[in-house]
Amino acid sequence: MRIAVLATLSVAAVLLAAPSLAQAPQKVALDKSQIRFGFKQMNVPVEGRFRKFDATVSFDPKKPEATKAEFEVEIGSIDLGNSDGETEAKRKAWLNVDAFPKAKFTAASVKAIGPGRYEATGPLTIKGVTQSVTAPFTFVEAGGLRTVEGSFGLRRLPFRIGEGPWADTDTVADDVSVRFKFVIPSPQ
Amino acid sequence: MSPARYTGTAIALHWLAALLILGNVAFGLYMVDLPLSPSKLRYYSWHKWVGVTVFLLSAARLLWRLSHRAPALPASMPPWQHKAASLSHGLLYVLFFAAPLSGWLFSSAAGFPTVYLGLVQLPDLLAKNRELADVLKVVHRGVTWSLAGLAILHAAAAIKHHVVDRDDVLHRMLPFIKPGT
Repeated sequence: MRIAVLATLSVAAVLLAAPSLAQAPQKVALDKSQIRFGFKQMNVPVEGRFRKFDATVSFDPKKPEATKAEFEVEIGSIDLGNSDGETEAKRKAWLNVDAFPKAKFTAASVKAIGPGRYEATGPLTIKGVTQSVTAPFTFVEAGGLRTVEGSFGLRRLPFRIGEGPWADTDTVADDVSVRFKFVIPSPQ
Repeated sequence: MSPARYTGTAIALHWLAALLILGNVAFGLYMVDLPLSPSKLRYYSWHKWVGVTVFLLSAARLLWRLSHRAPALPASMPPWQHKAASLSHGLLYVLFFAAPLSGWLFSSAAGFPTVYLGLVQLPDLLAKNRELADVLKVVHRGVTWSLAGLAILHAAAAIKHHVVDRDDVLHRMLPFIKPGT
């Protein structure tokens, strides 16, 4: 009798705990995740990425509207593949890393747009300027890992990325594409 | 029987290549020390366009050379000069290709693909690689300095033929200059 009560209680405890565990925010696996960007200068495609970022995600594919996700990117971790470009990118006219070390995105609303496909909208803050962006993404769960992949476009000038002579878009285009891949452990 | 001078096509291609190569070496030396600016990005692109043009022009010249007989060198030239002339011409051709090719590889390794005239993107033969880019930068500089140096030696030899030897070597490539008598 006592054993049966204990068993019932523990099953109940697991059942009660399960939903809250599913909602628990998860940290992304940095080594498997990527934030890349691309733009054109003199019509030459240039690619880069950020080495360091942090994301806390609470996402239930069945209830995307309940998503809570925050992303922080360390601007100083920019990787363009050459140090001249990186030194320049960190300067005042571009990303002004000293004054604005981090970029932030908060997924304020997430909705399903198809099977395994969603769309996140929210404020993106870079260099102290906030703009609303919408990023479609795919969601795949396999082998205890959730993979979120997507992309969005932004224009650099509204964020004042590239001021003064660099505002000339004939040399460095205004359009920047951002691609992301986040790998998050599946909730237990 | 070899012709007395180069054909009009060969002469035109030679002088166009000379202009583009020496111009691009000088332009390259000028642009590298500029502080980063939109102008510098434009100059790098232009420098690369000229480099691709030199590569194409050199391919055309090589085809011409393989399908035509070059005018014979003066019989008065000692054998070692014949050897030196053919060796330096061969080396010049190697450098015509090596200079733009090393620049192309350097650019790819540095993460900047080459888009000829802003229209045609060349494939990247190398993936982005910081360490390799540093090495290729030195290689490109070494190769282009060698090309410029050899081109100057080549021009000096031609002038020596005209002024000292008073033969028709310069006349073969500059028909309006009469051979020395």
